Amino acid sequence: MNAPFDLQMSRRQLLKAGGALVVTLALPLSARATEQVLRDKRGNAQPHALLDKTLDVSAVDGFIAIHQDGTVTLFSGKVDLGQGLRIAIRQMAAEELGISVDKIEMIEGDTALTPDQGPTAGSTGIMRGGVQIRQAAATAREALIAMAAERLQKQPSELIVQDGAVRPKSGGGAGVSYAELVGGKRFNLKLDAKAPLNNPTAYRIVGKPLLRPDVPAKVTGTHTYVHDVKLPGMLHGRVLRPAGDGAQIISVDESSVKKFPGVKIVRIGDFLAVAAPDEWDAIQAAAALKVVWNDTGKLMGHDKVEQWLRSGPFDGEETLVNKGNAAAALQAASGKLSASYYWPAQTHGSIGPSCAVADVGARQATIYTASQGTHRYRPAYAQMLGLPNEAVRLVYVDGAGCYGMNGHDDAAADAALMSKALGKPVRVQWTRQDEHGFDPKGPPQALTLEAALGPDNTIAAWRTEMWLPRATASLPTVPLLAPQTAGMPQPKGISTGLITQNGDPPYQVANVSVGVHWHDSAPLRPANIRAPGKIANIFAVECMTDELAAKAGIDPLAFRLQSLKDARGAEVIRRTASLFGWEARAAGAGAGSKTNQRGRGIAYSHYKHNETYVAMAMEVEVNRASGEIRVLRVACAHDCGLIINPDGLRAQVEGSILQTISRSLFEEIRFDTRRVQNVDWASYPILTFPAMPEVRIDLIDRPTMPPLGGGEAAASPVAAALANAVWDAVGVRLRTVPFTPERVKAALASV
Amino acid sequence: MPTISFTVNGTRRSVDVRDPEQPLLYALRNTIGLTGPKFGCGLGQCGACTVLLDKTPLRSCITPLSAVAGKSITTIEGLGTPDKPHPVQAAFIAEQAAQCGYCANGMVMTSAALLASNPKPSETEIKDALSANLCRCGTHVRIVRAVMRASGRTPA
Repeated sequence: MNAPFDLQMSRRQLLKAGGALVVTLALPLSARATEQVLRDKRGNAQPHALLDKTLDVSAVDGFIAIHQDGTVTLFSGKVDLGQGLRIAIRQMAAEELGISVDKIEMIEGDTALTPDQGPTAGSTGIMRGGVQIRQAAATAREALIAMAAERLQKQPSELIVQDGAVRPKSGGGAGVSYAELVGGKRFNLKLDAKAPLNNPTAYRIVGKPLLRPDVPAKVTGTHTYVHDVKLPGMLHGRVLRPAGDGAQIISVDESSVKKFPGVKIVRIGDFLAVAAPDEWDAIQAAAALKVVWNDTGKLMGHDKVEQWLRSGPFDGEETLVNKGNAAAALQAASGKLSASYYWPAQTHGSIGPSCAVADVGARQATIYTASQGTHRYRPAYAQMLGLPNEAVRLVYVDGAGCYGMNGHDDAAADAALMSKALGKPVRVQWTRQDEHGFDPKGPPQALTLEAALGPDNTIAAWRTEMWLPRATASLPTVPLLAPQTAGMPQPKGISTGLITQNGDPPYQVANVSVGVHWHDSAPLRPANIRAPGKIANIFAVECMTDELAAKAGIDPLAFRLQSLKDARGAEVIRRTASLFGWEARAAGAGAGSKTNQRGRGIAYSHYKHNETYVAMAMEVEVNRASGEIRVLRVACAHDCGLIINPDGLRAQVEGSILQTISRSLFEEIRFDTRRVQNVDWASYPILTFPAMPEVRIDLIDRPTMPPLGGGEAAASPVAAALANAVWDAVGVRLRTVPFTPERVKAALASV
Repeated sequence: MPTISFTVNGTRRSVDVRDPEQPLLYALRNTIGLTGPKFGCGLGQCGACTVLLDKTPLRSCITPLSAVAGKSITTIEGLGTPDKPHPVQAAFIAEQAAQCGYCANGMVMTSAALLASNPKPSETEIKDALSANLCRCGTHVRIVRAVMRASGRTPA
């Protein structure tokens, strides 16, 4: 076939071999080598977009190539960040194509090779990305059957696909392999939205807990992460972060790093970095470089954020939900409840600080990045480098888990700017302090809720008010640090993810209003973090629901069921109750008097009100003396429609639960007027093994329903279930995250 | 330029370094080409860089090369391969005990060291042994199961 697939095959061989040596060999994908390929073909250097592989999302060839040996390559715009898409999307395609998953390779997030399927965010990997590729596979299968029918002189209805071939349904007879039909050729076919999908009752691959192909290499140290990418002549870069938010350089003493061989300093405006052939030299030079920054001191400090959020002036007000007349109903009700909640800024907390490798030439650039959105970020780099979009190629390589936009895209910008300045490939490895200090943070959220019961002990009226930073409309990407400090133009604004959803109860309530007071800024640069906004919103909503149940004197689980009309929602609650061993009783509210008091809580989430259903029950133990909370066990029933890979889904649910327990119990970014203060794991603790609870999960498969997102939804009810369990145990309502021992003790003291 | 010699995965290595205080991690990753150990914090807090010094887990990100002169180091590559995994690695594969996998190096190495000294640890002993190894994906449940499995017990 043509050049791109040759390239593809070479990359496949290389990545299969794994490890650092291989990455050195991965040169054929670098800018120079690609240039070489295209020069050979066309006589002069051409941008990457002229590679012959189509990126058209409406074309089968955008997503699928069948090679001469009958193997298949999938081109996925969605990437595997550790969430298992690498097997799940293969399963979806394999099921429709009638071929085993081990005959399928998958290329992810390469702007020269994979269609733009949107960023890998919002738990959309399967429900959007996988579904699109599944449709491409179904279209391809129908085309293969049609081709075979012609060749075999049969009707399409007489044929089936099996093991990479089209065969007669009955009567035996020779089939014809995909390789014979289209091996090495294009389909030249539009995606057919009506191409029939296989009947779920006949699924043989979807629904099976197939093993992820990347795990063996990951646990033997041979998996290639972006941190391991090594190009010939590559320099190691370190960026010096400003001493304060927005600080400017007053002076740099270049002589302070003279003793390190080959060290180069890159300074563009207030972007300051060092590079050296040896990584340790670069690290030491970064530490040794004498730089004087001006003193900005313009941050508000973490302890002022909630007050700032709740105070005007606001950039706007918005009514999100307005049903019935909440204000009148609340006024008329007796015994109205009211409560305020706060969720602080948090870091994504990737275990590996962000890293990227860039190889920027005069006419084109290749950037190896762990980005969730290679297509989305490409224009930002092109603008920064002064290159046309199509001359910049982003190649996704696995990073450490990011759970939203961490520093990966910034590291890529750092590396690109440095590579352009130095004329060599540059690898930029962020430090731990960089990652905690400068990754874009999950935005802070403040909420106040009011609600009241009606005479029948159901929820009669509800009002949620939110105070939030507003995502700037049409902002193409999170603004990047490198162009910002370098004084280069880039679209201004903030990005938060969709943080207003699930602010209203998922139960039948006649009078509901949800409104938000918008700010046009945030104290630290914000970005989406896992289940953006929803965890805090459901924390508030489900705690209020619990308080209403207690006021009604009703078991909190039964209270939820009595006004929940959605059958799938009711089922996850019932199945959680059964998994947990929930005994019906009204919440204890701290009736016990032991030092170590146990309690149980429940929360429910219908993610975004139109996606996955999750219910979660927790048992906690609260030490009244120390204020320490231990989560003892978690039970979760989860319904995301059709399950592609139950073990992969289970891993996502487990992970989301544990990570969100960590965020709820321990995590808050603290900052003074200059910069983030807790920039290591000692000062920003996360969940450790001794604190890990028992986790039980019940996955509800709905083979005839569309597959929905798995991970984020499971995170969404965690803080609420935890807080409700604490209340059951010791009778205090925790309304501010994290639930530190100091907060617990203070709350206990005020009861 | 000083030369520091030590054994890595059974092979004698000599590394020329200007600075004997350079942490072992960079020599392993950049000079010797063993990228299994990962940079996570450079502070000895997370465990992503863990190697074994003889049979003891060692944080290679804060261990100067001078401290391993003449010593024997095992990295994750020295335990096993995808085709011939060490029992701990095989158990991690069986339990699918990695998501992003960036912490997996430290989890595998620390678990291997634990089982070498305590072949049948209790669940509490496993959690304690791994208490200074951080995982952000929330793979803890599977990792503990994998260590149980590697010790010959069927995880509950």
